[in-house]
Amino acid sequence: MSITRRQLLILLPAAAVAWKSILAGTPEASPNYNMTEHWWGMLVDITKCIGCGSCVRACQMENQVPDGYFRTWVERYHVSDYDIENPKVDSPDGGKNGFLPTSVSDGKNFFVPKMCNHCADSPCTQVCPVGATFVSPDGVVLVDQKYCLGCRYCVQACPYGCRFVDPKKKTAQKCTLCYHRITKGLTTACCENCPTGARQLADLKNPNDPIHEFLKTHSVQVLKPYLATRSKLFYNGLDGSVR
Amino acid sequence: MQIPVEGFMYPNEVELQWSVLIVLYPFLTGLVAGAFILASLERVFMVKAVKPTYRLALLTALAFLIVAPLPLQLHLGHPERSFEMYLTPHRSSAMAMFGFVYLWYLLAVLVVEIWLDYRRDIVVMSQCTTGWKRLVYRVLTLGSTNISERSLHIDERVGWLVTVIGIPSAFLLHGYVGFIFGSVKANPWWSSPLMPVVFLFSAMVSGIAIVMLLYMLMCRLRREPIDMDCVDTVAKYLFYTFIIDFSLEMLDLIHRIYEADESFRSLDFMVHTRLFLSQVVIQILLGTVLPILLIGLTQVVKLAAKQRKRIYVVAGCLTMIGIFAMRWNVVIGGQLFSKSFLGYTTYKMAFATREGLLTAIVLTVLPFVILGVLVKLLPPWPEKKSAISSVAVAAYGAD
Repeated sequence: MSITRRQLLILLPAAAVAWKSILAGTPEASPNYNMTEHWWGMLVDITKCIGCGSCVRACQMENQVPDGYFRTWVERYHVSDYDIENPKVDSPDGGKNGFLPTSVSDGKNFFVPKMCNHCADSPCTQVCPVGATFVSPDGVVLVDQKYCLGCRYCVQACPYGCRFVDPKKKTAQKCTLCYHRITKGLTTACCENCPTGARQLADLKNPNDPIHEFLKTHSVQVLKPYLATRSKLFYNGLDGSVR
Repeated sequence: MQIPVEGFMYPNEVELQWSVLIVLYPFLTGLVAGAFILASLERVFMVKAVKPTYRLALLTALAFLIVAPLPLQLHLGHPERSFEMYLTPHRSSAMAMFGFVYLWYLLAVLVVEIWLDYRRDIVVMSQCTTGWKRLVYRVLTLGSTNISERSLHIDERVGWLVTVIGIPSAFLLHGYVGFIFGSVKANPWWSSPLMPVVFLFSAMVSGIAIVMLLYMLMCRLRREPIDMDCVDTVAKYLFYTFIIDFSLEMLDLIHRIYEADESFRSLDFMVHTRLFLSQVVIQILLGTVLPILLIGLTQVVKLAAKQRKRIYVVAGCLTMIGIFAMRWNVVIGGQLFSKSFLGYTTYKMAFATREGLLTAIVLTVLPFVILGVLVKLLPPWPEKKSAISSVAVAAYGAD
């Protein structure tokens, strides 16, 4: 079998992409990762979310999240035409297995993926009595599992319900923004498995990150802005009824 | 175990984080602060009528303070790491700083004041008793056996100073517990600048009530007549403090109703359903309004001593129930609704578990057991003191 020059030119980039993807599966450790060069956040595009639950499943597998607890979950909102302050919300098993079709036709339905907001002024960090919860220099809220007392004050202080205490480890757990992955140049498990690209990891210190262009050209909001937590979970298309 | 949920809760919110043990914790520290403030009435503010309760109030405060951290320890996922709060405290954390407030109050105020007040008795008992009791009292003297007039006078002056420092410390102790809740901005049921003040006054109410009840109970057990002048005065202070406490709580309630912010509908629903019994019936009607009316009756109508005693006992017991209900409604009530304001969960209290009802009962009874031991070891009764004094005079002379 002979390959023409034209075929070779087409195959080589494809092979390069495939090779890159193989390499991505077994990433190198990142000795050159410099925390001060990054400031991580995430962009969630509600208009793209289809409520498939892939992100929830991917997160649970990647991080061995115990059953019944969630580092990320998806909520389905139904807002009727006249009652914006009383949306009907459901999230069966955190939306892990998607949602059954709704029969309600009036108003609007949409999905809202939720996770830790990685707030720059995080209330959970403020209240931790021993500083086991901290904001890393690259903007990720993390918990030192060997230091956490399991007092649950941080769970009470989180306005977004993103924390829980692991029933076995008896320490506070939350989304780490897949820190073990992003420090190796990978994206988070939820972003990688989102079929529509509704979730995008964002490095706010990287001038080439597409987040900057997106923030400039879209109307983006955070959850509960009145709490002044400096959340870094940015939502595009966020409805006023979402809490 | 399936927890019944109404409406929508964030998935991690369904299970309550703080159990009945965390209800117990502010209840116990409240009794400490209240009892100490009652004791200070005699020592600093020269309210001589309450003198018979002075030592009992101090011992009560100590007994409850010893037990106060136990519910927290039992609640922690990793109690073995709790000492880290002292070694590497996180300065922005209200809870971390509370550890120091607690230690300050226990070691620098209460223990010192009790020791100074009892030092003379301890020295005498170390001479008069035999066997293991003698050993205990000798250890308690800490090697200081000088009970000359001059030495006792110094004790008195230092004790007075410690009490003066102790009053703001007691305020700090329980005001701070209120701040732990009141500073959680994520939770509108807790987040209020009034919370520390409400906690403080409710602490004073519960502390005064428990000392009043204990004093009457101990008089009965010892078949001694109750000093009605003392009990009337204590009841009068209970009445005034209760009115301030109730006014503050109503101010908070009226403010919430009138402001009616986004959380109001959710909280209002809760008060009318899940918290109706514990808040409206037990806390407000039975635990606050009724005791205020009962004690108020004794203030405006001249009643016989026997009737007054009965009223004080009933009002005191109702007060204790009401204050416990208040702690319950704050701690448990604050976790029953979703921070999305769209749903409600349920608290299922287990029985024989680490954070169950049985543990809570044991921790409630334990301070009374400790108090019993303390009373045996350091009798707070004036007549015992005088008996000891005569022994002391015989043993050491007037110096």
